[in-house]
Amino acid sequence: MRDVAETGFAIHPMDQFIVKRFFCDAAHADCTSNIQWFEITNVTVWIGLTVLAIIALMVFGSRGRAIIPSRIQSVGEMIYGFIYKMVEDVTGHDGVKYFPFVMTLFLFILFANLLGLIPMSFTTTSHVAVTITLALLVFLGVTLLGLAKQGIGFLGMFWVSSAPLALRPVLAIIEVISYFVRPVSHSIRLAGNLMAGHAVMKVFAGFASMAVISPVAVGAVTAIYGLELLVAVVQAYVFTILTCVYLKDAVGGAHH
Amino acid sequence: MATEAHDAAAGAAGHSAGMPQLDISTWANQIFWVLVALVVIYFVLRLVALPRIGAVLAERSSTITNDLAAAEELKQKAVAAEKAYNEALAKARTDAARIVAEAKAAIQADLDKATAAADAEISAKAAQSEARIGEIRAGALDSVTEVAKETAKELVAALGGKADAAGVTDAVSARLKG
Repeated sequence: MRDVAETGFAIHPMDQFIVKRFFCDAAHADCTSNIQWFEITNVTVWIGLTVLAIIALMVFGSRGRAIIPSRIQSVGEMIYGFIYKMVEDVTGHDGVKYFPFVMTLFLFILFANLLGLIPMSFTTTSHVAVTITLALLVFLGVTLLGLAKQGIGFLGMFWVSSAPLALRPVLAIIEVISYFVRPVSHSIRLAGNLMAGHAVMKVFAGFASMAVISPVAVGAVTAIYGLELLVAVVQAYVFTILTCVYLKDAVGGAHH
Repeated sequence: MATEAHDAAAGAAGHSAGMPQLDISTWANQIFWVLVALVVIYFVLRLVALPRIGAVLAERSSTITNDLAAAEELKQKAVAAEKAYNEALAKARTDAARIVAEAKAAIQADLDKATAAADAEISAKAAQSEARIGEIRAGALDSVTEVAKETAKELVAALGGKADAAGVTDAVSARLKG
């Protein structure tokens, strides 16, 4: 088996997701086991680049404060306007004060997704550990905010008052389950999309080493790359708008 | 069996079997760094980027509003200026018409005066001429009488009669009167 892998045709689509120490030579040391929480790994590096990219766009891009914006300032303003409008439209006027939080999530996911598309890079948002952190942040934030703002009335969200009385307990159980499934679906959707896309790209890229089918494989990688670009943006959008929808439950009261 | 062998081989080659995402041992590291990143991004956005971009957007929209108001004001001024121009034009037209009428009236008066003077002169000249013509005519009549009287005396003499000068003259005069 190992011989086959080393003589040529070997595809390891999942290798790109391996977390390893960044300052570590794999030839001489074990870079993957017993990674401590504070160590600098490839995840750390790519998260750091994501942060730098966001600062470059949002802080350095807008440093001119120009009335007539430069291109990069224009991009920052468009993202600002887009997310601001989304928060205002979905959560209503009361939700606008959580705009920086939503903006943080959107920019982090968008830039992590896009940086992950750079060849040889590491896609942090393809890891469930990363996305579940984001999703749990939203889940816990929304739940605590809802309880703080509406008290026990927040639980009224599970009691569907527009349904017939006999059905309400059943619906309440379903609602509670769906509420607790939210962070799971919220995070798996993002990580799953990115992981699958990158794995598929890697598989096709592996096929490119076979002369007979390499033209097809290269064409397919190109096409899938375009699709992944779309997925990267759309998934960031989906995660953000779902965050807004969940925030609305906490802020605007439960109206199903 | 085969799978185990493969796993073992893959493990030996440095590839962990299955999904790296499910390797719980790396989660603490990832979660820690994600939280650090989120905190950094949140505070950078909250304290620097978002207020700045928001201020720029607000400033731009107020600039646009001001410019639109200024444009509206200028438009009103232009309309007023056009109105004033039209009024001035109309006034100039009526003034011109009035001046033309006045000039016409003055010319007419002068013309009438001159015509009257010319008429008077003409009638004076005509009367003078008439008088002269009358004179000439009267002179001519006298001459005719004289000639007739002379002719008559000559005729009488030629016919062998004794010309009674006074009688001939009276006869000719009577004849000419009749």
